[in-house]
Amino acid sequence: MTQVTNEKMDQVLGFIDSISQKPYVDSYLIAVLHKVQQLYGYLPQDVMDIVAEKMQIPTAHIWGVATFYHYFNLSPIGKHTLSVCMGTACYVKGAEKILETLKKELKIEVGQTTEDKLFTLQEARCLGACGIAPVLMVDDKIYGELDAKKTVEIINQYRKAAGK
Amino acid sequence: MAEQITIYINNKAYKVDPNQTIMQAADTLGFHIPRLCYHPKLSIEGACRVCIVEVEGARNYVASCAFPVSDGMKIHTNTQALRKARRDIIELILDNHPQDCHTCERDGNCELQRLASSMGIRARHFEGPRKRYEKDLSSDAVIRDPEKCILCGRCVRMCSEIQQVHNLTQAHRGFNTVVMPAYNMPMGESVCTACGQCINVCPTAAFLEKNYTQELFEKLNDPALVKVVQFAPSVRAAIGEAFDVPPGRNMEGQLVAALRKLGFDYVFDTQFSADLTIMEEASEFLERVQNKGVLPMITSCSSAWMKCMEQFYPDLIANVSTCKSPMSMQGAVTKSYFAQKIGVDPKKILSVATMCCTAKKYEAARPELMVDGMRGVDIVVTTREIAWMIKSAGIDLLHIQPEEPDHPLGMSSGAGAIFGTTGGVMEAAIRTAYGLYTGQTLVDIEIKGIRGLKGIKEGTLEMDGKEIRVAVAHGLGNACKLLEQVRSDPGRYHFIEIMGCPGGCVGGGGQPYAQCNTIPLDDEALQKRAQALYDLDRSKTIRRSHDNPDVQKLYKEFLQRPLSPTSHKYLHTHYKPKTPLGIIPAKERQSGV
Repeated sequence: MTQVTNEKMDQVLGFIDSISQKPYVDSYLIAVLHKVQQLYGYLPQDVMDIVAEKMQIPTAHIWGVATFYHYFNLSPIGKHTLSVCMGTACYVKGAEKILETLKKELKIEVGQTTEDKLFTLQEARCLGACGIAPVLMVDDKIYGELDAKKTVEIINQYRKAAGK
Repeated sequence: MAEQITIYINNKAYKVDPNQTIMQAADTLGFHIPRLCYHPKLSIEGACRVCIVEVEGARNYVASCAFPVSDGMKIHTNTQALRKARRDIIELILDNHPQDCHTCERDGNCELQRLASSMGIRARHFEGPRKRYEKDLSSDAVIRDPEKCILCGRCVRMCSEIQQVHNLTQAHRGFNTVVMPAYNMPMGESVCTACGQCINVCPTAAFLEKNYTQELFEKLNDPALVKVVQFAPSVRAAIGEAFDVPPGRNMEGQLVAALRKLGFDYVFDTQFSADLTIMEEASEFLERVQNKGVLPMITSCSSAWMKCMEQFYPDLIANVSTCKSPMSMQGAVTKSYFAQKIGVDPKKILSVATMCCTAKKYEAARPELMVDGMRGVDIVVTTREIAWMIKSAGIDLLHIQPEEPDHPLGMSSGAGAIFGTTGGVMEAAIRTAYGLYTGQTLVDIEIKGIRGLKGIKEGTLEMDGKEIRVAVAHGLGNACKLLEQVRSDPGRYHFIEIMGCPGGCVGGGGQPYAQCNTIPLDDEALQKRAQALYDLDRSKTIRRSHDNPDVQKLYKEFLQRPLSPTSHKYLHTHYKPKTPLGIIPAKERQSGV
């Protein structure tokens, strides 16, 4: 068993303790995995091992849940998450072009992270900002009414801020 | 008993018991509704939809495996529309399945193939994208081939519900769903115990044993080698099924003759080394009882159980007998005592084991079991593999003149025969332990209380006024339940027998595939295989391991006495805890996952 004792792990274990008396405690697995992802940015395997042991849920079962939901990242993600809205309005307004621009500019596919670990590229369903379609969300910030040129400019701003 | 209700199947009225599914009711009435993901020993998945029937008043076709009968229910099992819907379901499964039946290992005994045939599918209508995956060849015993998988989930349920190993899961979703161990680990590095029960329940070839038949054919043609084979008790009780003989016929004599015809120079019997195991194990048990050693002592014959123990019960290692399994004992004495006897360099001996078990392939490769840097057993083939080899070599197993195994490692007592079934090792051990301890002969040697297919069986025995409490578990899930009791109450038992597979070795992961219209691991078939071994026991004049003259001779000429330093060198070993990635200590689960 891996010994991971640090602040993040303590928070995960504390969260599991806080739900341990609830009925159908196994059903809190997804909530626990959300907590792990919130803290680590993804689901590290050694943390899933510890969750398995602590919750007494077989690791294979946790793996089944973790891979079923697209929201869970199974590998480390970049500093910034780029979510390109592929909802109907954005799609009609050219979201695909935004996505293609990002793939070309960052040299990655959807779900992947750039070599410098700065960006992870994701597709999103409707972000609820249809009025300013097409939309790109960088972490929690929304950028609207985009075209290829504006998209590259946004990327460059983040690169500059990171000193790259 | 609740009052019977009336249901109508295909417009005819029938009286049936309530509180059962449509499929169960139909089965008792002689309607075999086609099915795929259903298995009577596993939970209801309702995933494949092959077993759909029409229920009047229901909006859609219902899955008969999951739908309960009710009074007055009008069911149709064979309308034209239903036949077409069922056929479409199978066609859709076939569409995402390799079209390589004639080169597939399951050709001729594949459930999907049978279903396609019974549906009358003669063309493919839904050509679409097809999944492509590499085979996982990392394990010495079990191959995983996701391309052949139809996602019925029987292996996943077998692994978690019956065996409680929890190695497999359905990962990812939709078209990308794959059955795999946690983290997509290679099978060889996973918590897989190599029991092979996933192979037994797989309807297709998504799980297979690692096949050594070609290598064996090659070596059988090598004139420089002395070819020696041993075969396990339950191989003789089941191999007939691969030749369309009903379960329960003992094929020992025919198998010996066939093995000689295949080219083996010496045919030995693992039942001989089962007797040898009993000599060592019973002596070890008595030593523990007399010298206040660690109790309960737990048997160590089952290789899947040994891996399970190392992973999930490392705290019980001291409880496990240090005896190797009969197969490994036989291998060790073949390459030492027997090699000396015939004056051959043990490196020139090809030691082959024919086993009902897939985990024995894993066991044979274990470094802990080597003696003088040599493997005791070089190649392990399953009952299925040897049945195929016999057919492939054109040997008529059913009409062959029966023959006897060779000396000096081929003679066995009745106790050796019953090793192949749950409770048999314990029964054999008691017969000898009682004799060794009391100096008297146990009169009633058939210990009925620990026979049969109950998950956990208990018994008590009095030896010179001392009460000995024993327990027997078969299937790793039952073993887990029993061992939790041991953990919480270590003084409850003195001696425990564990076999990794349901029914013991007779239900091993390497036994012949279920025939047409039979169910893998059907209790009736398991009982008949076990009965063949009990009948064999009864037919022998020597029924106690310590009365086997060849075993006595082996001790006189080579091993000196049970637990002697020579015995320890060749017949005993020690195990260490294992913690592969993705492991949690087994615990009897409180709630279903």
